[in-house]
Amino acid sequence: MKYILMMSARKSDFEAYAKWSRQELEANVAFMRAFSRELKESGAFVASEGLAWPNDAKLVRAGSNGEPITDGVFPESKEFLAGYWIIDVESAKQAYAFAARLSRGPGGGGSTGSMPVEVRQVLSSHGDLGL
Amino acid sequence: MNGQTADTPLEHLLRELAPQVLGVITRRFRDFSAAEDAVQEALLAAFRQWPHDGMPESPRGWLIHVASRRMTDMVRSELARRERENTVAEAEPAVEPAVIEADMDPDDTLILLFMCCHPALSASSAIALTLRAVGGLTTAEIANAFMVPESTMAQRISRAKQSIRASRVPFLAPTAQERKERLPAVLHILYLIFSEGYASSIGEQLQRLDLAREAIRLTRHARALLPEDAEVAGLLALMLLTDARQAARTGPGGELIPLDKQDRNLWDRAEIAEGTELLRFALSKGVAGLYQLQAAIAAVHDEAARAEDTDWPQILALYELLRTMAPSPLVTLNHAIAVAMVDGPASGLEKLKALDNDARLAGHYRLDAVRAHLFEMLGDVEKAVEHYRAAATGTTNLPEQNYLLTQAARLEEACNRQSVQSASQNREHS
Repeated sequence: MKYILMMSARKSDFEAYAKWSRQELEANVAFMRAFSRELKESGAFVASEGLAWPNDAKLVRAGSNGEPITDGVFPESKEFLAGYWIIDVESAKQAYAFAARLSRGPGGGGSTGSMPVEVRQVLSSHGDLGL
Repeated sequence: MNGQTADTPLEHLLRELAPQVLGVITRRFRDFSAAEDAVQEALLAAFRQWPHDGMPESPRGWLIHVASRRMTDMVRSELARRERENTVAEAEPAVEPAVIEADMDPDDTLILLFMCCHPALSASSAIALTLRAVGGLTTAEIANAFMVPESTMAQRISRAKQSIRASRVPFLAPTAQERKERLPAVLHILYLIFSEGYASSIGEQLQRLDLAREAIRLTRHARALLPEDAEVAGLLALMLLTDARQAARTGPGGELIPLDKQDRNLWDRAEIAEGTELLRFALSKGVAGLYQLQAAIAAVHDEAARAEDTDWPQILALYELLRTMAPSPLVTLNHAIAVAMVDGPASGLEKLKALDNDARLAGHYRLDAVRAHLFEMLGDVEKAVEHYRAAATGTTNLPEQNYLLTQAARLEEACNRQSVQSASQNREHS
């Protein structure tokens, strides 16, 4: 079963992240690298991407002629996806365990963060055999 | 890294043979697109069979035979409009070496290179097709290198071939005139393959194919085919002189290490020597082209035993030349760095002002990154931190983002420590 683990943050969180101390930044980078290695070694890794900062994030809708109409004004409270991991595991429980590992990554201000991680199952195209 | 993930001898052999075989098949069947598919299948069959059955007596003959049979099958099945019953046969085919040798043409690889780097193709299509048809890489390997699904890469290659078919380029050696006109496009594609490899070689991507090394291999091919061309030599020199620093570019935690902080003992001396020799040859040919100038700049950096020994006046002179020959905002940016190193950071910052109104670079993170660096040189910590952070939020490269944020944090820390120190000193004095 595939699951996607998503980490989101408000613009103010992104700004705060840019001001972390060197030690905090380095701890975070080391943690993310180790997590990614762990996923790969366990055989659960499918895909993972980090997203660029939301400075230029746009909402796009099609205009009457199908042309793109962009809007970049968001409420302050809007959460932006910062990155995701897609994993292939045996059970939801395993997915939650990986998400919890991720959530325990080092945070700013010396905290051991407990970043919320949204976990969702990914639909598959082939059906359950029902055996 | 640094090209340490060596090919197996089999991979190496097949990659070298691929363009030769493709040349023969295209010549014989006059259909580049189908020939390219047939050769790819023959390569895959060789990958599967040779390790078990042993190497055939004439590997090239085997590949030509299997690919030819595949072509005949395709033609036949198309004619009969019925489903093929035999795909590529698994048996060892008979080989007629005399016929095969007669079919070989040393120009084939050159024709293929010009064909794959055809101006009708988008850069990404040309890159993919060149790696497959000239480089002999499989679709899976190319997809892996660009981190896209294999089906996406297969589609990109197939669309590229459709464009070539539609453009009706004949499979002929380019005339001297065509060669002159289209060589820049060919070199540009090789350069793009190299930069893709070089930029993405940061971090833990060990499973990826080393595109920088592939680009060097292809450019060596081009150099062997056009030995008197100064820009081909210049491009190869640029690649070697840049690739030589590969091992020193990242630290143990995958972090970026800038040129002035690199451990120069890790630089590849053999690559530097070869690049320098090529550059000497290229420059002896007269008017220096863009790649030669960039290679010359790389060579000046590589020659310095320590960062502080860098001959910045010479680099500045080379950027002045580059700025006249091919003005671009990025060249202006690098020129400003050289000015700062020669005349001081204030002069460099002054030069950067010219870029503020340049729409091509407006808000580009690199402008912020250079400003940050020059403000740091100047001792203006507050502005340096501000620009490092602005650059970090603008870059789309993760290791670079980490590097820029760490720079900001490091500066701020040093600054705080200093003010704490001076505050305590003041207390002692009072």
